[in-house]
Amino acid sequence: MMGPGRLAAWGIGLAALVALPFVYRDPYHLHILVLILIWSFAYTSWSMMGRFGLVSLGHGGFMGIGAYVTALLWNHLGWSPWIGIPVSMVAAGALALIVGYPCFRFRITGHYFVLVTLALSGIVLQVITATRDYTGGSLGYTPNRASGNKLLALQFDDKITWYLIALGVWLFGIAVWHWVDRSMARYALEAISEDEDAAAAAGVDVTAEKLKITLLSALMTALAGAIYCQYQMFITPDTVSGIAVSLQMVFAAIVGGLFVSLGPTFGAVITILLAETLRIGFGTKAVGWDNLVYGVLLVLFIIFLPKGILGSLLDRLKPQRKVPRAHEQEAVQIARPGT
Amino acid sequence: MQAFLDIFDIYLLEAVINGILLGGVLALLALGLNLIFGVIDVTWICYAELVMIGMYAMYFMVQYYGISYFLAAPLTILLVAVLGAALHYLVIAPLLTAPPINQLLATGGVLFVLQSFATVAFGIDFRNLGIRLPVLAFGDMHFSYARLLSFLAALVGMVAVYLFMTRTFTGTAIRAISQDRQIMALMGVDTKRIYLITSAIGGGLAGLAACLLVLQYDVHPFVGLSFGPITFLICVLGGLGNFIGGFIAAFVFAEIISLGGLFSDLEWGYVLAFGFFIVMMFIRPAGLLARRR
Repeated sequence: MMGPGRLAAWGIGLAALVALPFVYRDPYHLHILVLILIWSFAYTSWSMMGRFGLVSLGHGGFMGIGAYVTALLWNHLGWSPWIGIPVSMVAAGALALIVGYPCFRFRITGHYFVLVTLALSGIVLQVITATRDYTGGSLGYTPNRASGNKLLALQFDDKITWYLIALGVWLFGIAVWHWVDRSMARYALEAISEDEDAAAAAGVDVTAEKLKITLLSALMTALAGAIYCQYQMFITPDTVSGIAVSLQMVFAAIVGGLFVSLGPTFGAVITILLAETLRIGFGTKAVGWDNLVYGVLLVLFIIFLPKGILGSLLDRLKPQRKVPRAHEQEAVQIARPGT
Repeated sequence: MQAFLDIFDIYLLEAVINGILLGGVLALLALGLNLIFGVIDVTWICYAELVMIGMYAMYFMVQYYGISYFLAAPLTILLVAVLGAALHYLVIAPLLTAPPINQLLATGGVLFVLQSFATVAFGIDFRNLGIRLPVLAFGDMHFSYARLLSFLAALVGMVAVYLFMTRTFTGTAIRAISQDRQIMALMGVDTKRIYLITSAIGGGLAGLAACLLVLQYDVHPFVGLSFGPITFLICVLGGLGNFIGGFIAAFVFAEIISLGGLFSDLEWGYVLAFGFFIVMMFIRPAGLLARRR
């Protein structure tokens, strides 16, 4: 599967990424890189479900739970994020199972599934806003600064540590993506996304397979939320939860390419650079402009380039590498005269 | 103790009636979304944002240009109807053969566009019409005329759509397409035209809802988020494309929100509604009125 050339390319690329902060120390650019890595991880988590046609708009909710549960446990109970992050992931996973089970068991797919998950992220936002006595509501929330052990509190002041943490988390995400890509679950899920009845007839446990990938995706998204909270030390309901965040994930993953491992990462690079450029170029006048550009691009991409930039590029480079799956094709040609 | 109970009951009754009044507008929104879904098989995620644009249109027409409310309302309905048709023509039509998820995500992109367009063009200030309708006191209960008016107008709107769908040729064609979209093209119905008309009607319903909501709520670029998710929940609970189911679900939800808001914050009403929704998904996954398979 992975030739020596590709392995070497990955190795060199990784070494360069690890070495980068020790050579280049500009804090602003490192900050952007950390953000790109954390969001790439979140987008990758989303695309693990999304690539199998399980389009969820509830991931903003999972991310919000990851961020808020970790911060709340730290501030109110004094639990270290080392315990808080697993707890928040369990909470997000439990919610994913509670919502996912009826959806999958009763064959809620397509539009229904999207709308149910959309409502989920809206409701998580409402809960965070409603419990404003604890969460600070829409004004945002800040984890208390640690007085003692920085490692125990998972709070670091220097950007290099955060860069390495974010890099590690991102690599973990890419590794999980490849692990799923090469597992039996992938084939089962691809079969399900094309025809649930046929997949079930072929012996695939549709509900269990979908629940597994949903759980995995939700856990990773919660982790991304928690890491984001620990890094930024300030979260608001709008930046880590809600429909806008969910749509942002979908957008980045689709722009980058949903069906290749580095697609969501590519999407994160493009979207964050776009937002930053607009922010610097227009200053406070840019409020809203980045989303306007996002939205127009999202519509254009879905109409003209549904495989994303990276996905389409790879297709150009390696034509006919695999037979496109049914929902990736525009039209199925039964016979090709002359070939 | 007795006095306390009396007050409690009156508040309860007030909340119940207010819930019914709220349900009228929600049912109107659900009807528009269901119509689009039933006929074109597309979900407009940006539906609530169309309402938001309509609310801004009302605000500017009434507040800046001094057009009377009753003249501005039809103009707004027309504007949002055109917007709905444009949305279909520009975004949905090129994607009709694409996987349904892509159509849905494209309207998600439109949601971004409309929201940020409103932010850029109108700023993030809360604005209101400045019309304060009197409060109707009935015994010890208080109802705002705005809600009563909205409820009645929503009912009139729904009856008008019902009559259009059952009494006119175009309406019959729309209903026929929702039953079998392949065959109708063979029967000589121009599906493209019907889709455009349906989108315009869906947009018009959003415009009507905007005219009614602007009487009760301040308008700001993110106002769609406060009733968008609940509209989707209503449509799914009623069964997507099922008009009567959506109608009933709207009132059920409005009651839950209104009664939940009575005992605690309004947000908790929403949370309660969501909990109810999940329970209902276990019991009746295909919607309230679905036939059991």
